[in-house]
Amino acid sequence: MADTRPGATARIIRWIDYRLPFVQFLNHELNEYPTPRNLSYWWNFGSLSGIMLVVMIVTGIMLATQYTPSADLAFDSVERIMRDVNYGWLLRYLHMNGGSMFFAIVYIHLFRGLYYGSYKTPRELLWIIGVIILLLLVATAFMGYVLPWGQMSYWAATVITNLFSAIPVIGPGIVTFLWGGFTVGDPTLHRFYALHYLLPFVIVAIVLLHLVALHRHGSNNPLGIDQKGPQDTIPFHPYYTIKDLFGLTVFLLIYAFFVFYAPNFLGEPDNYIPANPMQTPNHIVPEWYLLPYYAILRSITFPILFISSKLAGVILAFSSIFILFFLPWLDTSPVRSARFRPIYKRVFWLLVIDVIALGWVGANPPEGIVVTVGQIATLYYFIHMLILFPLIGKLERPLPLPSSISAAVQSGGARLSGAGAPLAKP
Amino acid sequence: MAPERRWRSPEMLKHVFAAMALSTVLLAPVLVRAADEIPLPRQEWSFEGVFGTYDLASLQRGFQVYKEVCSVCHPVKHLYFRNLAEIGYNEDEVKAIAAGYQVTDGPNDEGQMYQRPGRPSDPVPGPFPNDQAARAANNGALPPDQSLIVKARPGGPNYVYAILTGYKEAPEGFKMLEGMNYNEFFAGHQIAMPPPLSDNSVTFADGTPATVPQMAHDVTSFLTWAAEPNLDDRHRIGFKVIMFLIVAAGVFYAAKRKIWAPIH
Amino acid sequence: MADVAQQNVHQAHPGETRRDFLLLTAGAIGGVGVAATIWPFIDTLNPARDTLAESTTEVDLAPVQVGQRLTVKWRGKPVFIAHRTPEEIKAAQDVDISQLRDPQKDSERVQKPEWLIIVGVCTHLGCIPLGQHTGDPRGQYGGWFCPCHGSVYDTSGRIRQGPAPLNLWLPGEAELASKALYKFTSDTAITIG
Repeated sequence: MADTRPGATARIIRWIDYRLPFVQFLNHELNEYPTPRNLSYWWNFGSLSGIMLVVMIVTGIMLATQYTPSADLAFDSVERIMRDVNYGWLLRYLHMNGGSMFFAIVYIHLFRGLYYGSYKTPRELLWIIGVIILLLLVATAFMGYVLPWGQMSYWAATVITNLFSAIPVIGPGIVTFLWGGFTVGDPTLHRFYALHYLLPFVIVAIVLLHLVALHRHGSNNPLGIDQKGPQDTIPFHPYYTIKDLFGLTVFLLIYAFFVFYAPNFLGEPDNYIPANPMQTPNHIVPEWYLLPYYAILRSITFPILFISSKLAGVILAFSSIFILFFLPWLDTSPVRSARFRPIYKRVFWLLVIDVIALGWVGANPPEGIVVTVGQIATLYYFIHMLILFPLIGKLERPLPLPSSISAAVQSGGARLSGAGAPLAKP
Repeated sequence: MAPERRWRSPEMLKHVFAAMALSTVLLAPVLVRAADEIPLPRQEWSFEGVFGTYDLASLQRGFQVYKEVCSVCHPVKHLYFRNLAEIGYNEDEVKAIAAGYQVTDGPNDEGQMYQRPGRPSDPVPGPFPNDQAARAANNGALPPDQSLIVKARPGGPNYVYAILTGYKEAPEGFKMLEGMNYNEFFAGHQIAMPPPLSDNSVTFADGTPATVPQMAHDVTSFLTWAAEPNLDDRHRIGFKVIMFLIVAAGVFYAAKRKIWAPIH
Repeated sequence: MADVAQQNVHQAHPGETRRDFLLLTAGAIGGVGVAATIWPFIDTLNPARDTLAESTTEVDLAPVQVGQRLTVKWRGKPVFIAHRTPEEIKAAQDVDISQLRDPQKDSERVQKPEWLIIVGVCTHLGCIPLGQHTGDPRGQYGGWFCPCHGSVYDTSGRIRQGPAPLNLWLPGEAELASKALYKFTSDTAITIG
C-alpha cells in the first residue's frame, strides 16, 4: 500500500464495509453493543464457555495431527503424544481437563440462567438453542472419552451404546449399527473419531445462532427487568471486555492448577490400562459431568407399566435434559429474577442440591442406600421440573420490581438483596 | 467500599457455600466406605507438591531394582532406552545398558528375524513375546505392564509401594487359593505375584542399604517417572504459568476497577 | 406458503388434475432418488463384510475332555463351552426351578446335556466370570463365580447368588431374544453364529 496518509485505514475499512459490512458488524455487536450495566460475575460464564470451545478445538486439532484412531494403535499413540511429542503432554492435559472445565462452566452458565429466569420471554429460543448445545456437548464429550481406548473408554462406550438395546424390537439392530460390528471395536472407534472431530464445528455454528438470539434482545440481568433505554446500558467494550478478561484470568488459574498439578485428578486410573474387551473393570463410572444422568439411568430398578426398567431408565435420563426445552412454559411466573421471587429463590437451591446428590449416586456402586437416594433424587428432579415450576409461579407473590435498571442502580443495591424493602413501583 | 459489591448477590454466594457443605455431607459415605479397606500408608515422595522433582539417584536405583527383579516378569512397554538419559545416565551409559539386552529385529535379506544388541532408540524389551506366553509362564496370571502402573491404580505411588511392602502371613481362617499370596493392600488380599523383594535382592552401587522399604521406594519412584516422565517440566512450567496468571489477574482487576469507576 | 400458492393455482384452473399428477410424480421420483442415494451412506455404517465374516465361529469339540471347559471368542465376546460331567448334569437337572431368580430348566439351556454353551459375560455388569480354568473359584454350585460383585452361577450357567439378575446368556440370545444361535454340525463340532 503506497498511500500512507492518515485516514488510509479508515478508507480501507469503509471500502470493505460498503461491500461486506464486517467491521461494522463487529463494532456493533462487540464494541458498542449495549449491555445491561448491572451484570454480575455470574454473567462471565457465557463468554468463558465460548473461549473454552475455542481452546478445545485448537488443542483438539493439534492432538488429531498426532493421534491414530485404530483399536490397535490408539492407546499407544496417546502415550506417544504424552511422551515423545513436543509439549504433547501439555496439549493432552489441556484437552482432557478442558472437557471438565468446559462442563463446569456450562453448568454454572445454565444454573445462572435458571436462577435469573433467563429462559423467559423473549429469550425462549435462546434457551432452547443453549439446551441443544448442551446435548451436543454431552455427545461430543462421550465420543472424545472413547478415543484414548483405555479400559474406561471401552466399557463406557459399551455401556452407553448398549442403552439403545433397551428400545423394543429394533434396539439390538440399532446397537449393531452404532458399533459397526458385534461389539465395540475398531469400526466404532473410527466413527467416534470422525464425529468427535465434526461435532465441535456443528457446535460453533449453533453457538453463533445462540449469539444471534442473545443479541436480538440483549442479555438478561440480575434484576431480570428489561432495558428501558440508554441509561440502563453501557457499551460492551471496554466495560465487559475488561471484566471478562479478568474473569477469564481467574478461571485460567483454576484450569492451570488442574493441568499442571492435578492432571489426572478428574480422570479414572482405569483409563491408563489399554482397552480389554475380555475383561470388565469392576466399577464403571462416567466422567463427573455425566454422573447425574447416569444416576437417573440406574435409579429405575423396576418396570414401569409395560416399559422395562432398563428402557424406563434410558427414557428418564434423556428426559432430564429434554425437559429443559419446555422450561420457558413450565415456569409460569412472569418475574424473571429469583431475587424478586421469595419462594423460588429458596427452592432453586433444592435443585442444585438434588443434582449434586444425583452426581454422588452416579459415582457409587448401586447398592443399598445409594439406590434409595438415587430414586428419591430422580423423583425430586422431575417433581421440581414438572410440578414445582408451574406451581410456584402460580402461588408465589413476587416482590415489587424496580422501575428500571438505572433507577435500581441509583437507589443503591443493598436493599435489593431480597430483604423485601419497598422499591419504587413502575 | 467497592462499588460493584452492591451488585453481587451475597445470598447466592451464601447458598453456594451451603450447597458445598451439604455435598460434603453427602459425599461422606464415600470416604467412610474407603475406610473399610486398610488405608494406604502415605510415603514421602520427592516429586509431590508444586515444587516436586524426581530424585535422579533414587530413579537410577529404582531402575536397577526394576532391571534385576521386576523385569523377570513385568514389561515396561512404553519405555525406550533413550529415555534413560532423562534419569541422569550419560550417552555412553545408555548405549551400554541398551547393548546389554538382545532385541529381535528383521526380517534380514534372507527373510529371517534375528537377534542383535539393543540400541538407545529401541524400546526396552519385555520378558515375554506376548501376553499368552506371559500367562503360560505365570500360572495363568498376567504380570501387568509397569510403565503406566502408577497412573493406572487408585492411590498411585502409595499403592504400588504398599503392594510391594504389604505381604504378610494370611490371618487365621483366611481361605487362600493355591498359588496365591496374602497381601494386605491388594483387593481381595490374594495376589498371584509372590513377594518380589527381600533384603539385599540387589546391591546398590552408591552404597545405599538395599532394605525392602528402600528398594520399594526407589522402584516406585522409577515407575512414577516411567508413567509420567514430563513431571519435572510440568511442575516447572506450571509454576511460571500460575505466577504469570496471578500477576495478570491483578493488573486486569486494577484496570477493571479503573474503567468501571465512572459507572458506579 | 407453497400450499397457498398451489391453492391459488387450483382455483385458477379447476379440474386441472394432470398438473397435480405430474407434481406428485415428480415429488415421488425425487423422494425415491434421495432415499436411494442416502441408503448406501447409511449402510456403510453397518457391519462390514470382514466383520460379518467373524460373526460365525466353528469349534471342534473333540479335544475337550469330560469335565474340561474351553473359552472361544465369538463376536468379540468369550463363549464358555463346558463338557459337563454326569454329576454336573445331574446337579443342573435336579434343581427346583421355582426357587431360581431366572427360572429356566436345564433342558432349555442345552442342546445336548453334556455340552453347555453360554456367553461368558456376567449379566450384572458385564464382567467375565471365573471357572474356566482348573483352580479357578467356581462358587458353591460348581459353575462359575464372578469376581467383580460375587455372582454365583450353577453348572447350567443359571444365577444362584449375588447381584446378577439373569442367567448367563446363550449365544445370540441377548441379540435375538430367541433360541440359542449355535448348532451341532457333527457330534463333536459346533458352529456358533
